[in-house]
Amino acid sequence: MKRVGFYPGCTFRSTAKEYDMSLLPVLERLGIEVVELPDWSCCGATSAHVTQELLSVALPARNLAIAEAQGFDTILAPCAACFSRLAVAQRKMAERPALAQRVQEILDRPFGNSVKVINITDFLISHLTEIGASVTTPLQGMKLACYYGCLLVRPHGVAHSDDPEVPTSMERIVAATKATPVKWNMALECCGGGMSFARTGSVIRLGRAIVDDARAAGAQALVVGCPMCHNNLDLRQKAMEKGRETKPPIPILFISQVVGLAMGMAPKSLGANLHFVSTRDFMETLARLDRALPETATHKATNKEVG
Amino acid sequence: MGGVGVFVCHCGENIGKSVDCVRVAEALRQHPGVSHAVDYKYMCSEPGQALMRQAIQEKGLDAVVVAACSPHMHEKTFRKAMAAAGMNPFLCEMANIREHCSWIHDDREEATQKAIALTTSTVERVRHNRALETIRIPIERRALVIGGGVAGIQAALDIAEAGYEVLLVERQPSIGGHMSALSETFPTLDCSQCILTPRMVEVAQHPKIRLLAYAEVEELSGYVGNFVATIRRKARSVIAERCNGCGACLERCPVKKIPNEFEQGMGKRSAIYVPFPQAVPNIPTIDREGCLRFKARARGSTKEPCGKCVEACGRDAIDFDQSDEIITEKIGAVVVATGYELYRIAQDQPPESPQLQGYGEYGYGEVPDVIDGLHFERLASASGPTGGKILRPSDGREPKTVAFLQCIGSRDPAKGMAYCSKICCMYVAKHATLYAHKVHDGQPVVFYMDVRAGGKGYEEFVRRTIVEDRAQYIRGRVSRLYRAGDKVRLHAFDTLSAEPVILDADMVVLATAVRPRSDARALAQRLQISTDENGFFREAHPKLRPVETNTAGVFLAGACQAPRDIPDSVAMASAVAGKVVGLFAKEMLEREPIVAMVQAQLCIGCFNCERACPYGAIEHVTLDDHGATREVARVNPGKCMGCGTCQAICRSKCVELEGYTDEQIFAAIMGL
Repeated sequence: MKRVGFYPGCTFRSTAKEYDMSLLPVLERLGIEVVELPDWSCCGATSAHVTQELLSVALPARNLAIAEAQGFDTILAPCAACFSRLAVAQRKMAERPALAQRVQEILDRPFGNSVKVINITDFLISHLTEIGASVTTPLQGMKLACYYGCLLVRPHGVAHSDDPEVPTSMERIVAATKATPVKWNMALECCGGGMSFARTGSVIRLGRAIVDDARAAGAQALVVGCPMCHNNLDLRQKAMEKGRETKPPIPILFISQVVGLAMGMAPKSLGANLHFVSTRDFMETLARLDRALPETATHKATNKEVG
Repeated sequence: MGGVGVFVCHCGENIGKSVDCVRVAEALRQHPGVSHAVDYKYMCSEPGQALMRQAIQEKGLDAVVVAACSPHMHEKTFRKAMAAAGMNPFLCEMANIREHCSWIHDDREEATQKAIALTTSTVERVRHNRALETIRIPIERRALVIGGGVAGIQAALDIAEAGYEVLLVERQPSIGGHMSALSETFPTLDCSQCILTPRMVEVAQHPKIRLLAYAEVEELSGYVGNFVATIRRKARSVIAERCNGCGACLERCPVKKIPNEFEQGMGKRSAIYVPFPQAVPNIPTIDREGCLRFKARARGSTKEPCGKCVEACGRDAIDFDQSDEIITEKIGAVVVATGYELYRIAQDQPPESPQLQGYGEYGYGEVPDVIDGLHFERLASASGPTGGKILRPSDGREPKTVAFLQCIGSRDPAKGMAYCSKICCMYVAKHATLYAHKVHDGQPVVFYMDVRAGGKGYEEFVRRTIVEDRAQYIRGRVSRLYRAGDKVRLHAFDTLSAEPVILDADMVVLATAVRPRSDARALAQRLQISTDENGFFREAHPKLRPVETNTAGVFLAGACQAPRDIPDSVAMASAVAGKVVGLFAKEMLEREPIVAMVQAQLCIGCFNCERACPYGAIEHVTLDDHGATREVARVNPGKCMGCGTCQAICRSKCVELEGYTDEQIFAAIMGL
């Protein structure tokens, strides 16, 4: 069994509980042993890195040092913001020995900056064959819009495995579940990030453009890999419709939920009932599809016999 | 009387200031073997040379040493003077007591001692010099021009006009190149076809030019003045001698929906086709991938379907069984004028940056109303698929806002080409002008990084585009674009007003980078020339020998060497013609005899020299060694450039470089 260090970050125990609920069983199904870092602490996202650079490096470095002490060469940070903080810190320390030295003094523990951080899309892409093989309920016919936001592909060189302008990794994962990734235009637009409370109006305006475009492209759900994106698009979707003719809501799913559904896991076990935007219609469509599939197969088989 | 004559030059103050030239001459006069030694203020002047001639004749000198400046400066001068005095010029050597001595030393005593040592060393060397003869090689007075674009056409016509034969090889069914597909040309807006077509006809009719269209050069062997080219004449499936170009076959061909390459895929053509009406030669070609009969044959079918073209042809010119023909031709000089390709972003990737997918954000190939510059040329051309009306590809409507994006793939070392493609600033201005002239209520918007309009009348043209044709120029790059309804929405940043720009355009024209031909490297290998870091052919010297290559007798014209516009390409082609004509005007090719020689008896036939030689000058010959034959190396003096690599690598020490033999070098060292 493959063993991987796991850095959940704060959202996994709060606003993005469903990410946690869906990702862990999916990884288990893929035969991966997930080991949560003991005594992990804040990654420094949203406040630390706009406050002080040293703090923004030292906070993630503490977690990297824990992972190193545990003997991991790679850790998975499924939250895009956590990933970005950890990976940026790692790179800064690798490029600037003086900074690395200063951080080492602060950490007051041995640290060689040897741990590689991997994000959710890169991790799943590296298990694409296994994902394809463990699909029991193909999401055939479901149209999904893959939304990357900023931190899964940027800055280029830190999140380096995909094209920063036209990424395709999420589409490839979605295609492995047999769902259809739609072609749309807003996959890389800003969701408003950490401004959800400070400038709610902006977040609503930005989110509306994203949700509208996904709808126009015929998507039945939006797929994300970042708890912050999820929060902005899910929590604020109701407000987006205010003052205009209300459009049908569009559920926002974590990529792990999509993979979990394709593995035949129950929507509720994946936390699909915990979203602000109801996933019920989506799940019903899926369930109908699920029932329809074997029938079609039987029907065909019968036809064949007759033919 | 014989002996070596030594002539010490003061070079005015240049040498005389820190070297006591009188003492140098005196010291050399005492040196064994020196029969004459004098000093003079300016040895290269006419009186100085007269002094040398006189001494040679009066004293019957065997060899001469001139202690003066660098041989780069005046070796030719003095050797010429020797020849005039009836002496073999290769018995004259120079001791460099200026650059290597007087200019770099202040101490007069020490400098004088060094000058004496250098001159003595050269005297010892020259005593071992052999009387060499200039190598004279016959010249095949016939040029091969590869590529029939405007550069190739110009070069071919200029050479032919000077009275020499030209073989013009073009890989497409017609000559004309990119220029024949352009609408109007900057900065004068004259119609491209109108100025090019007469030149194309001239090529076809010129008695000195043999045109081989639909042919490719497969191999080039030999050396300057004496190349042999192997050329593949691809099968047109039409007998050229019988065809009169009536076009009846084109009309009857039932396959009519093949995307026309000449129209950038926008128009359609038949399976038997002429790329464009003004094609030269005006002979149709059967596209074997589109023709019904060839498709049936490829499937292995025994039926021979269709044959409509055969029925239509009144001259029995269609030949389905024609096959490629390989011909060899003797050639004296080669002009490479193979042109360029436009970078098809998101579809092909520069080999320099394979890790990036590249420019998918511009939707090229995905959003139908995003086209490249060559597409726009066809839309604007009166002979194009829209008859010169600007109509966008998606729905055939007239676009009211057209965005032109410069520098797509150019000047972008991170993911594209580091170089400037040079022609785009001007053709974008031209496109904006043409668009404004054709669509009176249309708004051209140009996104640019800088406008580089260096050229005669270029800056004025761009100003007119902005002022009179009301093109809006926005300094800044477009970060992405996508289809929004029936519009194309562009996100950009105006760096002059520091504001983000969102523009809904009806059509977008990308000025994609000019790239070398995708097979340029392969051709370079066949021609034994080199390519630069970008894949363009490399010139011998960027400033002083811009049209020559490092292989003697192979020249470059046009955009195969770097991005070039029409005026530059034509100028370069004429420059090449000048070089070729200059070569052909000589009775024989004369080369310095500073070449390597193999002592065949000592050669063990390992051919390490062959592998080491950068010029392919080593040949295999059979040696009759006391009745037994074996293969040994021989240096082709026509190809040898005298670099000495073979001499260094030879394990049996049987290679000597004439003028730099071990004997000479050791004597010079011992003389120090």
